[in-house]
Amino acid sequence: MEAQVLFDTLKGKFGDAVVELQGEGCSPAFVVVAPASVQEIARFLRDDPALSFDSLMCLSGVDYKEKFAVAYHLHSMKHRHAIGMKAFLPRETPSLPTVDDVWPAANFHEREAFDLFGIVFEGSKDLRRILLPEDWEGHPLRKDYKYPDFYHGIKV
Amino acid sequence: MSPDPAHGQPPGPGPPPAAPLAHGSAPSPGLGPEAHVMVGNADLFVNWSRKSSLWYLLFATACCGIELMQAGASRYDMDRFGAVFRATPRQSDLMLVAGTITHKMADRVKRLYDQMPEPKYVISMGSCANTGGPFYKDSYCVVKGVDLLIPVDVYIPGCPPRPEALIDGIMSLQKIIMRKKNFGAKA
Amino acid sequence: MTIRTDALPTQEMTINMGPQHPSTHGVLRVILTTDGEVVTRAVPDMGYLHRGLEKIGERVTYAQYMPFTDRLDYLAAMNCNCAWAWTVEKLAKIEVPARAEYLRVIVCELNRISSHLIAFGSYTADMGAFTPFLYAIRERERVNDLFEMLCGNRLTYNYARVGGVSGDAPPGFLEKTKEFLDYFEPKLDEYNNLISYNKIFVHRLANVAVIPAEEAVAYGLTGPNLRGSGVPFDLRKDEPYSVYPKFDFKVCVGTGERGTLGDCFDRYMVRINEMRESVKIVRQAVAQIPDGPVRAKVPRLFKPPVGEAYFRSECPRGETGIYLISDGTVNPLRLKIRTGSFVTMNIFEKVTRGLMIADVVAVIGSFDIILPEIDR
Ligand code: SF4
Repeated sequence: MEAQVLFDTLKGKFGDAVVELQGEGCSPAFVVVAPASVQEIARFLRDDPALSFDSLMCLSGVDYKEKFAVAYHLHSMKHRHAIGMKAFLPRETPSLPTVDDVWPAANFHEREAFDLFGIVFEGSKDLRRILLPEDWEGHPLRKDYKYPDFYHGIKV
Repeated sequence: MSPDPAHGQPPGPGPPPAAPLAHGSAPSPGLGPEAHVMVGNADLFVNWSRKSSLWYLLFATACCGIELMQAGASRYDMDRFGAVFRATPRQSDLMLVAGTITHKMADRVKRLYDQMPEPKYVISMGSCANTGGPFYKDSYCVVKGVDLLIPVDVYIPGCPPRPEALIDGIMSLQKIIMRKKNFGAKA
Repeated sequence: MTIRTDALPTQEMTINMGPQHPSTHGVLRVILTTDGEVVTRAVPDMGYLHRGLEKIGERVTYAQYMPFTDRLDYLAAMNCNCAWAWTVEKLAKIEVPARAEYLRVIVCELNRISSHLIAFGSYTADMGAFTPFLYAIRERERVNDLFEMLCGNRLTYNYARVGGVSGDAPPGFLEKTKEFLDYFEPKLDEYNNLISYNKIFVHRLANVAVIPAEEAVAYGLTGPNLRGSGVPFDLRKDEPYSVYPKFDFKVCVGTGERGTLGDCFDRYMVRINEMRESVKIVRQAVAQIPDGPVRAKVPRLFKPPVGEAYFRSECPRGETGIYLISDGTVNPLRLKIRTGSFVTMNIFEKVTRGLMIADVVAVIGSFDIILPEIDR
């Protein structure tokens, strides 16, 4: 399915929650959505028979310096098409609803985004640090992260 | 130890025999012509047995671990040097740190080392274990060398070191072991 | 089997497995809660090898990142090298000479063989049969020799480049490759006779940790783990990249031949069969490889245009997808690597519930996880 057609479908259904289509230079193209309605839209994308995006390929946190984003890469096993979905978040309070009940695959990705960016996924069934130790300070993939000098007395 | 002369076992670390018994010279009563007798000091014997059965802890954290595995398998066959792998630190003499050590892993390394019985040796295999390797500059969570955590006897450079280099490292360690003084005034 | 709990009540135990454990394929830690021998919960704890590869990616240039992709999955370094090259080429729309693409496919498939060999060998070793491991390493050493001939290293190859490969195949490489294939193909039957259909081995794997197809898709499994559940999805066929469309090969799927579709045995068998397909691909590639240059002109300090690309390729452990964002400078703005093993671990807790402790090892081995892919 063409990204433009998909965008129009979503726009017709969700109105202002669907912000724009980010196609220039992006492959696959991204549908930018409002963070608050991520879960609704995700469920629609999965359940609509014409779309049926049944697999979440990748979920990544991104730090665009002035704001954060969460990017979802979706793929449909049935129709063999792919699309991206993106939600921009403010730097100060990066939080959005979880999608792990839509795609169970999301859980580990969300934990990783939480661990490395500090993005909070509300309603997640298990949101803990996944890669770094529990008592690690800060979120290393943020652009303003300062490398610590010592961790448990060992030079970093 | 009660020697069974027919099987020519080497003498234990007890007092060495008074007079050297050359093979073929007039045997003392009880020792048949088949007897093989080795003469040396106790240090030699102890060190020789230690160096010939270096059981190493299979501590493969990253890429170097694969080379370690291959060195222990078909082609390179490290068993020839008496080095066989053990899965538990409590049965090993040698800790072969093969791979990257992260800060999350650091206290486990220390704990594993503490669990090993004395005498214990450590070989640091690969650049990561030596210094942090390719992650030295840009990584926030790699320990810059395992020697910050535990004492190291032999460093093997390479990313990853070839199995030949690993075997060379083990032989260097064997040399180190042979130089050790276990008995005597300073022991 | 029903377990009587009324007669002799037992207490739940918490058992720690790893991070130093011979059967967790690295530094995976699993916290098991067990009731006697039955696992009630197995929570994976990862990150013991988290080296910050994604952060490093933001601090080095595109070309400098190539050696780090070796360390992403050291059992299949060629595949990761090429995945990175393909991603950057997709982002910057670089044309790659045909010979380079053929060489990439050859090395990727050879590496798939050597990676599946380790999967096979270590899996059988986990299941208590050490001999097949030695057989597997014997063959793997020959692949290593080929790679050594090509790029001088046995494990971390750093062979691909943005725009091609680092050098043409040395004289004799293609012939040696053919020799290897002729030598290797009959060995697969040897493995099957040696262990695959061994009764004890089958009993350990069949009907253990069954993953139905829908669940596998929902949890995002890819690669042999997905195909083991009977889903014929292979990126080389379904989203063809490079020169894969030119080759004729089959997508191997699980058939449930010894138990239920999607059990450990199916996942194991998919790998064995895939090696045969890889042999086929390499044969065709060696026969068809054209002459010509192996590297396009790409400046050293190369700046791709502003943009974002997601490229996924079929690595031995599933799909490796790289999401790359460029802001037009020499360093990437963000680089996220989605790996097969990381996603696979997500389903681990679900499938291990109710198994025996010994089966947990069987599950870990059947997923063929590798820790740097999980932790990055
Ligand atoms: S030294 Fe190189 S090969 Fe060894 S663990 Fe480190 S990165 Fe991997």
